[in-house]
Amino acid sequence: MLSHLANPARFMRISGVALPWLGGVSLVVLVLGLFWSLILAPPDYQQGESVRIMFIHVPSAWMALSVYLFVAVASAVALIWRHPLAEIAAQSAAPIGAAFTFVCLATGSLWGRPMWGTWWVWDARLTSVLVLFFLYLGYIALVNAFDDASRGGRAGSLLALVGIVNLPIIKFSVDWWNTLHQPASVLRLGGPAIDVTMLAPLLVMALGFTLLFGWLLLVRMRTALNERRLRALRIYGEAAAGNASEASSGAARPAWR
Amino acid sequence: MRAFLGLIRQDLRLGIRQGGDIGLVLGFFVLAVILFPFGIGPEPELLRRVAAGIVWVAALLAAVLSLDRLFATDYADGGLDLIALSAMPLELAVLAKAAAHWLTTGLPLVIVSPLLAILVDLDPAALPSLVVGLLLGTPAMSLVGAIAAALSLGARRPGVLTTLVVLPLYLPPLIFGTGAVEASLAAEGARAHLLLLAALSVAAVPLAPLAAAAALRQALD
Amino acid sequence: MPPFPETIELIGENLACRRGERLVFAGIDCRIGTGDALVLIGPNGSGKSSLLRLLATLLAPAAGRLLWGGTPVEDDPAGYRATIHYVGHLDGVKPALSPREMLGFWAAWRGVSHPAVDAALTAFGIEPIADCPCRWLSAGQRRRLALARLIAAPAPVWLLDEPGAALDDDGEARLVAAIASHRAAGGRVAVATHQPLALPGATTLALDRFAAPPDAIAI
Repeated sequence: MLSHLANPARFMRISGVALPWLGGVSLVVLVLGLFWSLILAPPDYQQGESVRIMFIHVPSAWMALSVYLFVAVASAVALIWRHPLAEIAAQSAAPIGAAFTFVCLATGSLWGRPMWGTWWVWDARLTSVLVLFFLYLGYIALVNAFDDASRGGRAGSLLALVGIVNLPIIKFSVDWWNTLHQPASVLRLGGPAIDVTMLAPLLVMALGFTLLFGWLLLVRMRTALNERRLRALRIYGEAAAGNASEASSGAARPAWR
Repeated sequence: MRAFLGLIRQDLRLGIRQGGDIGLVLGFFVLAVILFPFGIGPEPELLRRVAAGIVWVAALLAAVLSLDRLFATDYADGGLDLIALSAMPLELAVLAKAAAHWLTTGLPLVIVSPLLAILVDLDPAALPSLVVGLLLGTPAMSLVGAIAAALSLGARRPGVLTTLVVLPLYLPPLIFGTGAVEASLAAEGARAHLLLLAALSVAAVPLAPLAAAAALRQALD
Repeated sequence: MPPFPETIELIGENLACRRGERLVFAGIDCRIGTGDALVLIGPNGSGKSSLLRLLATLLAPAAGRLLWGGTPVEDDPAGYRATIHYVGHLDGVKPALSPREMLGFWAAWRGVSHPAVDAALTAFGIEPIADCPCRWLSAGQRRRLALARLIAAPAPVWLLDEPGAALDDDGEARLVAAIASHRAAGGRVAVATHQPLALPGATTLALDRFAAPPDAIAI
């Protein structure tokens, strides 16, 4: 299927058809999930209503990590098999992943405030997500740092692979650091084990976020492809105009043989 | 082998001839450490509590600052072409460059660190684990930094970009290095932390040159 | 200069080159045999430097392949690299080192144990300044130094990009003499140059004939 979609024109056709359906389904699932988590699920006996933030915080953490994995896999495909759309997919997905990390950090901050009175706690998950945020920023900065867009794309792909290899090491070291510095009382945003009635709306929200990611990704990829076509047309237009003027004036030959 | 040593020798000779580079790194290291007492107050108990962190963070920042020396001049003056066309594989050339970088950046940091430990009132019992930790962790920093330096070649703001890219990758050595010092103070023994640091450096030796060489080929393309 | 193997040719088949998103040239075939010289001419941007870098394996071709002695270069890139010298636009000269040291290092990188440093310095007339730091050298002297490494560590194939740039008449004469003796010993040369160089019996390759049509935009 991947090679079937490799042709940009075919991808545009198929994604154009799929897009409204994907958008519709993701909207429905998200509304369902939000309703379930915000209204139907019972409040936590300890944390009260503020536990509902978990239904956005935890799935966005999952998405932050999954999208980075997606970027890494797409980058590997781009570097090894030179699939033409893989680089576009990775570069389109990265800002979405960064947005998910930001949502996770913001909701984590909002969640922690009523519990511990501070806007930020250095718990293991929040810290890991913060580092992930900077991995995303590094990738996006690297891709956009070059005047030659293809060089930026290739450099970014390599960085994504380096990042995914380092991610377990970084996660391990952050967890290690957390256990070293935290006192015995568990300063975890996760709190006690999640009850099964909480699990179902979590999974629905996760599904909704995934569908939303898919929809956003397709929108961004289509935009990126259209941008490239515009650029190519502009170059073509300039080259065609240049050729026409050269042909009319007579191109200069080098003076020696 | 001749090519490998020759590349290290050239970079060392350049580093010593242009002695200002080593001096800059050390100067920044010392200045960064000195800033902290001004920032957080000079009370010895407070400084002692954060001493390991101060020294390690300053070492890290000094290392990051020196990364643009790795490939940027060769890229700008055409030397990188010659390195790519030399008798050794590009991965070995990266290893040679990283080794020379460590000898002119990491090793001086290790040597100067006891002096700085005095400035921040580090408990003398923890000094060995600080020095050994830096000794074991700085090679990993040179190698991983080489990846970031190679990726940024030809970019618009290479210095800032290298910093942004490399800092998340420097977290593990920082965490294990400071952990080693605190563990030795808590009489737990710093061995686990030091072994982890050594593992990072050992793992970086085969892996980092692969990524950095790939990045260099992209830069030459 | 030791004689080079006689029968091995450097062949480029159907070479195409991409820079960024632009296809610079396509469909180039070239053949450089023993004692041959290939001269690349063309306007700015036609890809002379790119073709030389492609022949030096610093660039990967977008299409086509290189053959050295019948075997594709990609099968044994290290072996091929050992047979070429590439002198590009930039001199690769470090300001803090002297010419003698630079030649020694460059030869060491190529794995040459006894580099002909003195012969190289003499061939390009820079022995008076052999031990000064390179920051004192003029642009022409740096160019001579960059070219001197061709002599210090012999290799059969020379790929030269604008070698005559910044050279005075004496420097250019030395360059032409070096190329002539290299070819006489069986070496091969590919040169991109704007100014005329006396290269008897050279084949010319005009790159603007191979420029990609404007709609061949590589995405």
